[in-house]
Amino acid sequence: METLVMPAINFAAIMPETILSIVAMVLLLLNVFVPGEQKAYLAYLSLIGIVVAFFSVVSGWNAPLPMQEGFNGSVLQDNFSLFFKAIFLISAGLAVLISDHYMVKEECNYGELYPLILFATAGMMLMASGTDLMTIFLGLEVLSVSLYVLAGYNRSNIKSNEAGLKYFLLGAFSTGFLLYGMALTYGATGTTKIAKIASAAALDATLSSNPMFVVGMLLMAVGFSFKIAAAPFHMWTPDVYEGAPTPMTAFMSAGPKAAGFAAFIRVLMVAMPTLKADWSDLLWILAVLTMTVGNIIALSQNNIKRMLAYSSIAHAGYALVGFTAGNGEGTAGILFYMLSYAFMNIGAFAIIILVGKKGEPNNNVEDYAGFGVKHPVLAMIMALFLFSLAGMPPTAGFVGKFYLFSAALKSGYVWLVVIGVLNSAASCYYYLRVMVYMYMKDPVEEFDWMKLSPAIWASIAISAVGVIVPGIVPSIILQLAQKAILL
Amino acid sequence: MLGAYLPIIVLVTIAILFGLGSLIFSSLIGPKKPSEVKLAPYECGCEPVGSARERFSIKFYIIAMLFILFDIEAVFLYPWAVVFKKFIAAGLGPFILAEMGVFIVILFVGYIYVWKKGALEWE
Amino acid sequence: MFDNVWLIPLFPLIGFLINGLFGKAIKEEKVIGGIGALAVLCSFAVACMTLFNIISLPVHERVHNVPVFTWIKSGTFQADVAFLIDPLSCVMLMVVTGVGFLIHVYSIGYMHGEEGFYRFFAYLNLFTFSMLLLVMGNNLLLMFVGWEGVGLCSYLLIGYYFHKKSAGDAGKKAFVMNRVGDFGFLLGVFTLYWWLGQNHGIWTIQFTELAKHAELFQGCTLLTVITLVFFVGATGKSAQIPLYTWLPDAMEGPTPVSALIHAATMVTAGVYMIGRMNFLYIQAPTTMMVVALIGGATALFAATIGTAQNDIKRVLAYSTVSQLGYMFLAMGVGAFAAGIFHLMTHAFFKACLFLGSGAVIHSMHHALHHCHSHDDAQDMRNMGGLKSKMPLTYGTFLIATIAIAGIPGFAGFFSKDEILWQAFANPHHGSLNILLWAFGACAALLTAFYMFRLVFMTFHGECRITPKAKDHLHESPMVIVFPLIVLAFLSVVGGYIGMPKILGELLGGIPNYFEHFLAPVFEFSEEFTKAHAHVAGHHSVALEWGLMGLSVLIAFVGIGIAFVLYVKDTTIPAKFTSAFPALHRAVYNKWYIDELYDFLFVNPCKALGNFLWKGFDVVVVDGIVNGVGSIVMGFSGILRYIQSGYVFNYAFSMTLGAVVIVAFYIFR
Repeated sequence: METLVMPAINFAAIMPETILSIVAMVLLLLNVFVPGEQKAYLAYLSLIGIVVAFFSVVSGWNAPLPMQEGFNGSVLQDNFSLFFKAIFLISAGLAVLISDHYMVKEECNYGELYPLILFATAGMMLMASGTDLMTIFLGLEVLSVSLYVLAGYNRSNIKSNEAGLKYFLLGAFSTGFLLYGMALTYGATGTTKIAKIASAAALDATLSSNPMFVVGMLLMAVGFSFKIAAAPFHMWTPDVYEGAPTPMTAFMSAGPKAAGFAAFIRVLMVAMPTLKADWSDLLWILAVLTMTVGNIIALSQNNIKRMLAYSSIAHAGYALVGFTAGNGEGTAGILFYMLSYAFMNIGAFAIIILVGKKGEPNNNVEDYAGFGVKHPVLAMIMALFLFSLAGMPPTAGFVGKFYLFSAALKSGYVWLVVIGVLNSAASCYYYLRVMVYMYMKDPVEEFDWMKLSPAIWASIAISAVGVIVPGIVPSIILQLAQKAILL
Repeated sequence: MLGAYLPIIVLVTIAILFGLGSLIFSSLIGPKKPSEVKLAPYECGCEPVGSARERFSIKFYIIAMLFILFDIEAVFLYPWAVVFKKFIAAGLGPFILAEMGVFIVILFVGYIYVWKKGALEWE
Repeated sequence: MFDNVWLIPLFPLIGFLINGLFGKAIKEEKVIGGIGALAVLCSFAVACMTLFNIISLPVHERVHNVPVFTWIKSGTFQADVAFLIDPLSCVMLMVVTGVGFLIHVYSIGYMHGEEGFYRFFAYLNLFTFSMLLLVMGNNLLLMFVGWEGVGLCSYLLIGYYFHKKSAGDAGKKAFVMNRVGDFGFLLGVFTLYWWLGQNHGIWTIQFTELAKHAELFQGCTLLTVITLVFFVGATGKSAQIPLYTWLPDAMEGPTPVSALIHAATMVTAGVYMIGRMNFLYIQAPTTMMVVALIGGATALFAATIGTAQNDIKRVLAYSTVSQLGYMFLAMGVGAFAAGIFHLMTHAFFKACLFLGSGAVIHSMHHALHHCHSHDDAQDMRNMGGLKSKMPLTYGTFLIATIAIAGIPGFAGFFSKDEILWQAFANPHHGSLNILLWAFGACAALLTAFYMFRLVFMTFHGECRITPKAKDHLHESPMVIVFPLIVLAFLSVVGGYIGMPKILGELLGGIPNYFEHFLAPVFEFSEEFTKAHAHVAGHHSVALEWGLMGLSVLIAFVGIGIAFVLYVKDTTIPAKFTSAFPALHRAVYNKWYIDELYDFLFVNPCKALGNFLWKGFDVVVVDGIVNGVGSIVMGFSGILRYIQSGYVFNYAFSMTLGAVVIVAFYIFR
């Protein structure tokens, strides 16, 4: 009988995940034991959890290596994952802030929302810090299952139901690709640990031309592409984003997308640098397709949620440009961009929530006519978010795009950058169209909404600051991002 | 070597003999008064022929899902129980016990939630 | 020891944020105004500490770069948010925060009861913040941020009464004219950065770095162009020919704005900018000549217009344009310290004049409002005899007027006389010097005339409003009068720190503190001039005395004419007008410059715009854009069909994508 050795566990490496999970479980129980329709207290409690988790993320920054590693090398809480974790927590926090208002308005105020957001966030965190394909998969599933429920959360609304079901079916389908890819990789290298895959590929030169290994990489890329909504695996996005409750759309477009990028980057850049020639070609094509498809279809959208869904596809394309570059600047650019995107997108969705009436019959661009006259402050902030999404200075969106494209230029992808810039120019059309309606058309009907809650104000204010400050002083964020790259 | 499989062979033989025997004996000594209902294939009391796309209550699904969930919990306990002795030998007994405790508590939270939510009640 | 200078711009920024975000909720005017004024007072305190620190250092250690953080870094290009603390920026800091604080205090009283009180203070604080960035920025880009910021605030504040069309138009005019100038500024930045980097491998936009490599520009053929485009920027911001017409219109803004932005601080930014880059200008003789000529011409030209205006604020506006012309004249003749000195003294007395006129308008408005009269509260023809009603305002106003007229013993005399002497005696422009001096001297005559005309028409003689309204005229509250008194005091004593050399020697060797203080900033120019002067133009002390006496005489002549025309025999102006109707009309209508610009630029631009719009844009550009647009839209419409909404279609497309990708890699 061989003796067992205690595995190196190190709970510090999963501290944020642990905090969120425990808070989520407590909230789950509170929700069933505390009677009453009022669920706002759950939102505040989950905010506390998020803030505590954020502190644990901050305290882990620049920790020595032994503090980062955990569970026999299955998780690694390095600066890269910590930066992503901060993005997840910010998007989760903002989503929580805008939820109560919406859920009360849409009369689907069941308290499970907040635990589910926290579980999803914990899943994203595992994806970002997972250094074993199995851990990444575990995180992905925790995230996905929570998201399926969140997408279909408004169960009395048929569109929300549709969104949940579609997301579930297609998500399960894409998981098949991902798992198959992982299995093939395991078959080719004999390990699921990312570091060991890399060393196996480095030792055995034939592995780079081994179809099993290459196809494994490709199928994993397909799986991750689904998560980040890259074309041609993006088809679920518009339907799901349109149907899901708006705060959850905001959340899904910011956090999980970043989580997909986190895992995608780690797998390709750390585990498979030997296949770089292969995957950078693939990413090039994905980036071009994603940007172009997203922007072109967004042009003819009238529903603003759907428009932002396609625009979110396009934004994944911009981030893929930085990923294609395959260098540290590109990774830093993605980190910067994902953070900025979380702010600007959730901010824009927060204002959509304010404008939307019950059941959201008025989510079309025309419904924003005269918004600038009726609510100058909110319209100005909305304009700020739209400017940022369109990538105009002095906003975070501009700086982020600038870093992504300049990273690609540095790696010599001139045409990719040209296509990116053209796409970015085309995207101005549909963002500015909203502004034209806001400022240059007369209001058709009254904007009536429930009294602005302080929470939603807070989320809008935080988002606005998050868009404008990195736009003016990008170096604050960029220096952090540069310390968080993998290479 | 093969002798180890002898009890299995004996068990299989007995099972086959018992099955065949009860069929043969019942047809030999039982009275035969066939009717339409009696000749129909037996299927747990349900109507054997009908539309395959019949809707049935969502509660079945919930119960089935919960069953699988807690079933897996039980299944997971087995390998743990098998290696538990080795952990004790390695001096990790309390730790591994606590780990399983955490696992069960997590599922227990889910169980309480399900219970309070009323998912276990049929009506 | 300068670690805390970032606090100086921070305070007004905080004030802006508080008032801008929560002002509407605060409502309480005293709190809003208090926050606004306190923010600037705090800046002033830190600025004073900074000044004392600078003075306590040895002369050659008085230039400090204080980095705060790296702002933009991309390749060779780096711009920091960093502050340059040297004697020049210290002087500007004192003016901006000191005078700024007084005007904030004044505004609490002046803006009392106005709609959007919080908005006013938020903008005012934002302006102060931008101006401080402009003054303290240690590189061209940060300066440009401030430069644009003050332009924006000026636009917002000119259009403060946005429901008045004239205010909106004036704001737009200021904005557009400033854009023309800003274009020049930006071109200058780009050319300068590019030239130095391309030819010497020094990629920098930092002032101290540029100054360190000043002699490299000797061989720069582009230097004239660079300095000229920068000067174009300065003419826009500082209202010089040909871009001055926005400033008189800017008087649509509330009077404290006119005092702070359009007299004391923002409009002097162009002067400051040239002073900051004196090491470039001194090496570009052609530019120097252009600057001097434009400055001198503006000084004279604006003064002529000032003689015939009846709106009290417009007179002051043209006077400001004229005085700014003096400062540029000083810059153009290489008398940088004298120009900055005049900038400072001008800030004192012109702010005092504007605020005094504001007090008058306020009181007039109140009185006219009381008896439901619709007469113009700013028209001097409705005023007169306010001396007895508003003694404190009158006293301070008179002191400031004496100062601007150039009577010895008051601040304006010292600075103006120094400029006139330098215009005459500088070694840069040879025989042109006489002309430059003549410009300045004539402008001085006119200045004395129209300023005293203003005083006489406003405060002396008979009161020309109805007796009923007259009873409602009253002295302003303390919060308005206090800044006037302080500024009047400064208008008297402010000049003594920069006493001309000959006067100082006469009075027992009082040195020109101001010039010595600024010497480190202008050191390079000083030495360059010594080395390159055409003729060592040595002028006798007697000549200097003579000219000084002449300029004093000129001032008294101007005052005398005003006295005769507007006190002694008030019928003469009318006779004069009817004798030379064409001349009067031309002057009264500001030499028809606005109309000329409309004819030369605005209308052709509009016509060109219309043509481009209807002819080129609609047909060609729209044709192309719409063509591309409809193709893309059509494509977009087709792609929409792929988005069928059926899950199996989606799954199929995913599978197809995966298969194609894998097949491509297997079979390539």
